[in-house]
Amino acid sequence: MFDDFFIRALVAGIGIAFVAGPLGCFVVWRRLSYFGDTLAHSALLGVTIAYSLEFNIAVSIFLISSAIALILIQLQKKTNLPSDALLGLLAHSSLAVGLVVIGFLTFIRFDIMGLLFGDILAVNKKDLVTIWVGGALILLVLRLIWKPLFASTVNYELAQAEGLNPDRAKAIFTILLAAIIAISIKLVGVLLITGMLIIPTAMARNLSDNPQKMVIFAIIGGLLSVFIGLFSSLEFNTPSGPSIIAAALVLFIFSLLKVKQTIQLKN
Amino acid sequence: MENNILVKLNNVGFQQNQKWLVKGVSLKVEKGKIVTLIGPNGSGKSTTAKIALGLFKNIEGQVEKFTNNIGYVPQKISIDWTLPLRVRDFMLLTDNLTEDVIDEALSLTGVTNLKDKSLGNLSGGEFQRVLLARAISKKPDLLVLDEPVQGVDFTGEIALYELIKEISEKLNCGILLISHDLHTVMSATDHVVCLNGHVCCSGSPKEVAKNSEYKALFGEQAAQTLSIYEHKHDHVHTSDGDIKKN
Repeated sequence: MFDDFFIRALVAGIGIAFVAGPLGCFVVWRRLSYFGDTLAHSALLGVTIAYSLEFNIAVSIFLISSAIALILIQLQKKTNLPSDALLGLLAHSSLAVGLVVIGFLTFIRFDIMGLLFGDILAVNKKDLVTIWVGGALILLVLRLIWKPLFASTVNYELAQAEGLNPDRAKAIFTILLAAIIAISIKLVGVLLITGMLIIPTAMARNLSDNPQKMVIFAIIGGLLSVFIGLFSSLEFNTPSGPSIIAAALVLFIFSLLKVKQTIQLKN
Repeated sequence: MENNILVKLNNVGFQQNQKWLVKGVSLKVEKGKIVTLIGPNGSGKSTTAKIALGLFKNIEGQVEKFTNNIGYVPQKISIDWTLPLRVRDFMLLTDNLTEDVIDEALSLTGVTNLKDKSLGNLSGGEFQRVLLARAISKKPDLLVLDEPVQGVDFTGEIALYELIKEISEKLNCGILLISHDLHTVMSATDHVVCLNGHVCCSGSPKEVAKNSEYKALFGEQAAQTLSIYEHKHDHVHTSDGDIKKN
């Protein structure tokens, strides 16, 4: 069954949607979308390192993204630059360095478009194991840190004062973000991973009045985006990542209708 | 008695951007007692409360905390619109409570009807009542209330202060209260600490009201409020934490 490339892409996408929903909610709630972008951009560097050292790609991306997150924290402490400038600095310089390294690795043929925007043909059976096992682990850890992470998202001081450990939860969440980027890069691509995290979530926000509902809608939105996106990718021969994200955008636009209704009801 | 102490600040200070927000503050909160911090704006009341809660890392002096079961009502809290949150979700923020416990706490502060409402749609006073309900719902050993009744209507304010007093007796929990409302403070408090960057004076409400520094900070009139409300005390707290009716 997994011999068909399309089935593999679909199974990969479903796995990613389940993880991206809950994580995406926290990315939106904690205003980390640009942070997610930065980690994702650095993933390209991870890929090149993996190729040049003949190392596991997912692990390499995970390590590089985590390292970038650590560097960011250090820069925030030691410089007077605002966070968005630091994020931009890291995002673009790691992307640039990644591309420069690719330029040097002339002996390996890179599908740059595939790296940046995802490739439906690239997902192999091993990737499926990485996505589903890694995804299950991510969800398990997220479940364990849910309470302190959620409480500190609502109010940091409240969580800290009442004995939860928000700093630890935040650090672990950063690692989870690096992890989902590592497992979803092949299907969605470096430049669009954050879209997978935040667009279904943005749609879910329009449809929900409580956090649990928002997580569930984000997962459903992600699943629908994967289905619609991959089928149209197959049909119209478009790259998989952009197709999925475009489908998510369409769903988001539909969800705006609901917002309009609620606002009308209020008036 | 030593084992009744919930939190003890010993000569603590905290500075930010080379400026001392508070310095040389010592106080303790014991079981069943209400300690109130008063002082003008910027006198370090909230900072002192946050030091007691362990929210700052680089402080001078020592904080000894003897409990981890704490309920906190912060002075300012803004709930982001990006996060859809109903009152019931908020009640479960730091603790796993049963529906019954949530209902009970909400009814104590008079907002049972708001349980399924979105937090963003509440008025200031309603939100304040929900904050207080959340803090007391987990039956804490120590309650830290930073201006808990701000924005609450006048009759509600009195009722909530009564409730705070009742809770301290019923749960035998210690309360660190920050308030601007001298009337209520003076009637419901066991110990008053008057802050102005440092401890101006402290003691029973009666002692503080007589203090010349207190008068200088709040004026003669404030000192007189005490005499009006003093008769409301219908019990005394013995040194072992017990309550004796007069």
